[in-house]
Amino acid sequence: MARIGRIGLSWDPLREMEQLERDWSKLFSGFGRAAAVKYPPVNVFTSEEDVVVTSELPGVNPEDVDLTITGDVLTLKGTRRRQELGEGQTWHRRERGYGDFYRTIQLPYNVDSAKVEAKYNKGILRITLPRAEADKPRKISVKTA
Amino acid sequence: MAEVEKSREAKKQETPGNIITERIRTGRIYMPDVDISEDRDNLVLYADLPGAGDEDVSVTLENDVLTIEAKILPEKSDAHRLSHAEYGTGDYFRSFTINEPIDREKIEAKMKDGVLRIVLPKKEEAKPKQIKIHAG
Repeated sequence: MARIGRIGLSWDPLREMEQLERDWSKLFSGFGRAAAVKYPPVNVFTSEEDVVVTSELPGVNPEDVDLTITGDVLTLKGTRRRQELGEGQTWHRRERGYGDFYRTIQLPYNVDSAKVEAKYNKGILRITLPRAEADKPRKISVKTA
Repeated sequence: MAEVEKSREAKKQETPGNIITERIRTGRIYMPDVDISEDRDNLVLYADLPGAGDEDVSVTLENDVLTIEAKILPEKSDAHRLSHAEYGTGDYFRSFTINEPIDREKIEAKMKDGVLRIVLPKKEEAKPKQIKIHAG
């Protein structure tokens, strides 16, 4: 399993509930290599103030996506519905995947779950998670005695 | 739901360089996943183009070649650092040879939620005709 991003020693976004995800990805058909591939793919952007998670989810109804935050773990769960065939239609090619998906993402710090915003635009889900006030680094000024 | 299709790399695939000849823009080019269906009257193509809006996509049918292209600007933020990446952002390109005569005037293309849907109506002459058999 490739491990990519790391902040400090404690954060590894891929330290997820991998077995659980594998079980779920099996449900997501169209992707034969379920154990190796995660759906949907996510990118994580970080700053001192917030974390932005983006995910490519084209053609998904936002109502079919469930986001939850527990502590510093973001869970992304949902369904991509299959394109149904109409009367008299046949498939020539089927490459687009569909089915249920489930992902957990370990965030680098605790976030203020009341201020989390999620937007879906052009098939991309963008979740902005502001850092919890209590978790922000404090600057301590050093005074001379 | 547990229907498994043929094993396939699910990651966004880059278009092999030899397909594209003259390219001026730099950056990565991805090959969108597509579904194509057909019935008596139409060919319908769906392509996943996450990040693309109406204005970014161009669809052309020249001779028998249907080309889908989308130009995507990379997202940039000075305040943020990309700390974990599972997908890349770049343009999309893919072309198909269409073997059926298509009524070019009636082609429709629409973008919705990052999915392109193209309806290619077949020309009358290409539609299957029911031939009545008369009893002799």
